Amino acid sequence: MGKIVPLSGNSAVAYAVKSADVDVISAYPITPQTTIVEKLAEFIANGELDAEMIHVESEHSALSAAVGASAAGARVYTASSSQGIVLMYEIMFIASSLRLPIVMTIAARALSAPINIWNDHSDFMAVSDTGWVMMMAENNQEAHDDVILAYRIAEDPEVLLPVATALDGYFMTHTIEPIDLIEREDALSFAPKRKTWFTLDPDKPVTIGALGDPQWYFEFKRQQYEAMKKSREVFEKSVDEFAKVFGRRYGAVEYFGDENPEVVLVAMGHVVGNIKAYLSRVRGKDSRAGVLKIKLYRPFPEDLIVKYLEGVKIVGVVDRALVPGSASPGPLHSEIVATLRKHGVDAKTLSFVSGLGGRPVTHEHIGVMFSKLSELKDKPASELPKEPLFIGVRE
Amino acid sequence: MVVSTLESSHPLDKYLRTARLPHIWCPGCGLGIALGSIMRAIDKRIKEGTLKKENLVFVTGIGCSARTSFYVNFDAAHTLHGRAIAFATGAKLAKPELEVIVIGGDGDIAGIGGNHLLHAAKRNMDLIVLMITNFVYAMTGGQVAPTTPLGLYTTTTPHGNPEPPLNVVKVVSSLNANYVARASVTHPALVEQYVYKALGMRGFRFIEILSTCPEIFGRHIGMRDPFTLYSTLRSKVIVKQSPSIEESDLDWGKGFVIGEYLVRDNPGYLDRIGRGLK
Repeated sequence: MGKIVPLSGNSAVAYAVKSADVDVISAYPITPQTTIVEKLAEFIANGELDAEMIHVESEHSALSAAVGASAAGARVYTASSSQGIVLMYEIMFIASSLRLPIVMTIAARALSAPINIWNDHSDFMAVSDTGWVMMMAENNQEAHDDVILAYRIAEDPEVLLPVATALDGYFMTHTIEPIDLIEREDALSFAPKRKTWFTLDPDKPVTIGALGDPQWYFEFKRQQYEAMKKSREVFEKSVDEFAKVFGRRYGAVEYFGDENPEVVLVAMGHVVGNIKAYLSRVRGKDSRAGVLKIKLYRPFPEDLIVKYLEGVKIVGVVDRALVPGSASPGPLHSEIVATLRKHGVDAKTLSFVSGLGGRPVTHEHIGVMFSKLSELKDKPASELPKEPLFIGVRE
Repeated sequence: MVVSTLESSHPLDKYLRTARLPHIWCPGCGLGIALGSIMRAIDKRIKEGTLKKENLVFVTGIGCSARTSFYVNFDAAHTLHGRAIAFATGAKLAKPELEVIVIGGDGDIAGIGGNHLLHAAKRNMDLIVLMITNFVYAMTGGQVAPTTPLGLYTTTTPHGNPEPPLNVVKVVSSLNANYVARASVTHPALVEQYVYKALGMRGFRFIEILSTCPEIFGRHIGMRDPFTLYSTLRSKVIVKQSPSIEESDLDWGKGFVIGEYLVRDNPGYLDRIGRGLK
């Protein structure tokens, strides 16, 4: 076990980045991410981290610089939130298609308009189709560990994809928790720095990103698909190894609750902890209820979701983002429904949208969700609401 | 700190959404002086009949300065970081009778929005851009900004800023703007005078207003209170009647020359496309 210190979520992330011994950091200030990069600037100034920091003029440039540095063979890092993440959108596709193992932290925050600096998952969900491996932490320790896991997965020669690790803005980024720090030596033995990807080399010149005409483009995309599929296996191997070395076990999904549940809430981020607390303290251990945390969002861990939700009567999905006009306006709900139907699991589903723009998802809200699930669990699917239920909004 | 409710009214209250007060700016912030001076210039124009209140539009991006769109009692848009000038261009083209004023910080206007600034100045777009320079990204906590002087400490340059600052006055002057001036909150009468003048002109009008951020900028460079930063800036400001562009460099050691760098009356973009009002 390493040294245990009290750290905010952002500091916990910064310490992990330091332990990963990154070579280049490029970033642009945005709330609530900024203190990650400030802490890294401090490490560099103190001589604790030997890295170049580029103070770019926008997030678009931040990720572009990261792409350049990664293509030149550096271990790179950047972090952002909200509008910053969606300003990076264009480059996120470039990073994943060029197969560059960049690691980025998303301090999850709502999207404008109106301007809102508080937490939900709008930014995270908005970039979930960019070809990045994506995961979200439930607490600060996990946010710290995810960075080290991310480098290991990203740089695995069978993967070579950028990885985004997310933590909830303010609820986690600015909340202090005791953190078991991973020291540099341990981080580098778990995720060693090795050049596993094609890099720019003046002695063996290559052009990256050059025109992929109709004769070739499709094949690139096909390979990218395979790499993402492969990252699922590499994730499992990595968390197993992580558990052996550091004693903390993470799952692509994690289940908490009754062994044979009738109703399950599916959620992501810090709200999972709230639901766990609700189940232990309020609802009591005798109820047939549980919570399924989705840690790995891309690639979506279908196998485990099927495993945990098979035999459940009704599944409530808590979405903290909204996609108006979609078949299911809750993006996580969409994924769950697709997974269940694809694998022939007949559990009914209900979509809950809650906690947008920093509004807390309280025990009261969670209580409403569980009551609704209990109320509907024996009804035929045809009688279930077809619209999402908005929990905690003024109508 | 408890702020007592406003009991008496101010003559300029009619231009403010007083229900939105108190504002979010820190004690000692230069933005109050800047906004007061801008309001006095607008008031003078409205009173003499050369500006209609209903034609005024404030467009801001993101940052402390951008919060002005929250407080002014005109049509206003609080847009995205860096995009205020692009938004304002659209508003002006759709309704040429509007007087569109963009207010933003140096990070907003010259950093993330720098490209929009260049192109609006290049086409001599009929807009007023007021860039409040406080030398850092203040709202996010004091990170190094495009205008941060060389060597100064910020939260992301704890070893001192390795980059020389961007001289925005020089950049905009090199393009096709009709009016380029630099003012300072340490000399509020000049802020008012330049804004008043810009309101009577066409084409692209750019005023940089040097300001003080005691909380996020001053403290990191050893200025323990707002007065120290304000008086330091005041001592560094050199007022000139018609300074040359060569004198415009932002140098924390040598000081800052303020004044009207460029005044001309070339056709604005709307004139060129045949939609000018004159």
